[in-house]
Amino acid sequence: MPISPDIETPMLHGQELQSQKKREEWVLLGLSLPAIFVIALVVILPVGWLFYLSFVDGHGNFSLEHYQKMVEYKSYARVFITTFKVSALTTLICIVLGYPIAYFLAALPSRWSGIFMLAVLLPFWTSLLVRTYAWLVLLQSKGLLNDLAIQIGLWDSPVKLVHNMTGTLIGMAHIMLPFLVLPLYGAMKKIEPDMMQAASNLGASPVRAFFSIYLPLSVSGLVAGALIVFVLCLGFYVTPAVLGGGRVVMVATQITAILEHQFDWGAASALGVVLLLATVLVLYLAGRFFKFDTALFGKR
Amino acid sequence: MVKILKKNSRGVFIGGVVALLCSGSVAAEPITVVSWGGSYGAAQDNALFNDASKNSGIEINRESGASMSKTCLQVESNSVSWDLVVTGSGGAAAAAAKGCLEKIDYSVVDVSDFYPNLYTDYCVGSDVFATVMAWNTDKYGEPGSANAPKSWADFWDVEKFPGKRSYRANNVDGALEPALMADGVPADQVYEVLSTRAGIERAINKIRELKPHIAVFWESGAMQAQLMKDGEVDMITGWNGRFDNAKKDGAKVGYTFNQALLDYDCFAMPKGAPNKETAMKFLAEISKAEYQANLPFHITYGPTNKKAYEVTTAPKELLEALPSHPKNVPLMMPISLDWYANHRAEALELYMELLSE
Repeated sequence: MPISPDIETPMLHGQELQSQKKREEWVLLGLSLPAIFVIALVVILPVGWLFYLSFVDGHGNFSLEHYQKMVEYKSYARVFITTFKVSALTTLICIVLGYPIAYFLAALPSRWSGIFMLAVLLPFWTSLLVRTYAWLVLLQSKGLLNDLAIQIGLWDSPVKLVHNMTGTLIGMAHIMLPFLVLPLYGAMKKIEPDMMQAASNLGASPVRAFFSIYLPLSVSGLVAGALIVFVLCLGFYVTPAVLGGGRVVMVATQITAILEHQFDWGAASALGVVLLLATVLVLYLAGRFFKFDTALFGKR
Repeated sequence: MVKILKKNSRGVFIGGVVALLCSGSVAAEPITVVSWGGSYGAAQDNALFNDASKNSGIEINRESGASMSKTCLQVESNSVSWDLVVTGSGGAAAAAAKGCLEKIDYSVVDVSDFYPNLYTDYCVGSDVFATVMAWNTDKYGEPGSANAPKSWADFWDVEKFPGKRSYRANNVDGALEPALMADGVPADQVYEVLSTRAGIERAINKIRELKPHIAVFWESGAMQAQLMKDGEVDMITGWNGRFDNAKKDGAKVGYTFNQALLDYDCFAMPKGAPNKETAMKFLAEISKAEYQANLPFHITYGPTNKKAYEVTTAPKELLEALPSHPKNVPLMMPISLDWYANHRAEALELYMELLSE
């Protein structure tokens, strides 16, 4: 049987489409080149430079002294534990507080949700430093909150709410909350209300419908938000420094101490490198439980 | 047409001003002088910089945020933009050891009337301050009264003086000496004891003993003042001038020079400063007694130039409140820059270990 042109044509189309797709990919690559170039210039190069510095001693020779010091003195391990503990607790508080907020916002008709969204966004637009000091004014032992509580008889003498872990967590959770609420709200908005109705039509109780329909569908937004909060917390400086009262020493605090008082770029870089590697490790381990790419880049 | 003319004439006028400014700056480039913020920088502006600039004709750019680590960063990256930088004496010694500072030209800067030990090869003392113990006067009484705290041993005595303490955060400067004095080491033997690892650990252990009573660790002079103003703590270590200014603002705070640590701030010049020669001349000008004599009016830090005590018009009570006043000096213990040059790094590691517990 002679090969009919009807069969050949689609093959030709296929090839043409493929080469067109290739071309498009090249164009896209070309378009993203400036961004790639900028990232290489302002992220990869400096990080590489820090990595190099961390292996160089005061005389410019290769050395592991900065890393040896981290083993020799107990403060470094403790500071890393504190950093991860504060970040994990802040993330947890944000999830507990943020999930109901996002749920509430997503359930409201859009003209109302806009107004309530403003309540989430307004503090987000206020300077971090201002909000941190505002918490100090509220929480300190002669602050507004203690004064009020003593006046109405909640407690007799000032309760220590700040200059410790409690104050640090309150301040950080407040600052980080929008980072969790926004992606979560986005994910929740995409959930069709009909699905919950369908579930109850099929006889599911509201609780059952929530846990087997709503929660799994919103978990991608939750994971994305929690991830952003956790990673941002790891490098936090101002809030623990002001609200921790010198008792909550995080990695950023230690890096500042080394830079300000010892001018030792190598030692500070080594801390940065270890923090980066520890973060990557934690994210990798967490990634084995959650699929981050689906969480971050939407459903595939 | 009129409009265009107007515009043109304005352009000519601006051009003329620019030309004038340029011709003025040919004689001397403005130098960049960097100090700290808050009441300290303002005091230097009012006492030293403004008048010295006027009298010498040297124009200055005044910046804040002085730091030896930023200075070293500028030097190491070959982008020095600062000419004179304020620093603590210990910071200057460390920066000089790293090769970040220019040698002071003492044929230009006259220090013949300076107290000895208040200038080095790399920095010229600007003022004398003291790290003191301060307390809430409502709680423990006015300084000098019978029941007021008198020594570092009292600072550690939480039975006789119950209440919340505050100590230095993230920096070991001036943190170990008080602990050893509280532990019974005489002032003149403190650095001898601190010269061994065991001695440093002894001091750290003494602070560890007090740690449950330390409610807040302070990070800056501004924070010292704020903690006392808010009544957040009852007894604190810190810099005498900050407490005097807090008291002026209504804080119930008093302090003693007894067993205080005598220290000084100084001006240093980054290596490769862009206007080295002009800056050296300006440094010579602000080191003169006539300017230093005005410093006590703005902050209670003492002059480094002895002659300033002779020419000042400040009242006697004010002068007697200064750390470098001859009446106060014998009560205090001078800081040893040698010790900081040799042991600071190790001591800071051990101190951070205590803080991270």
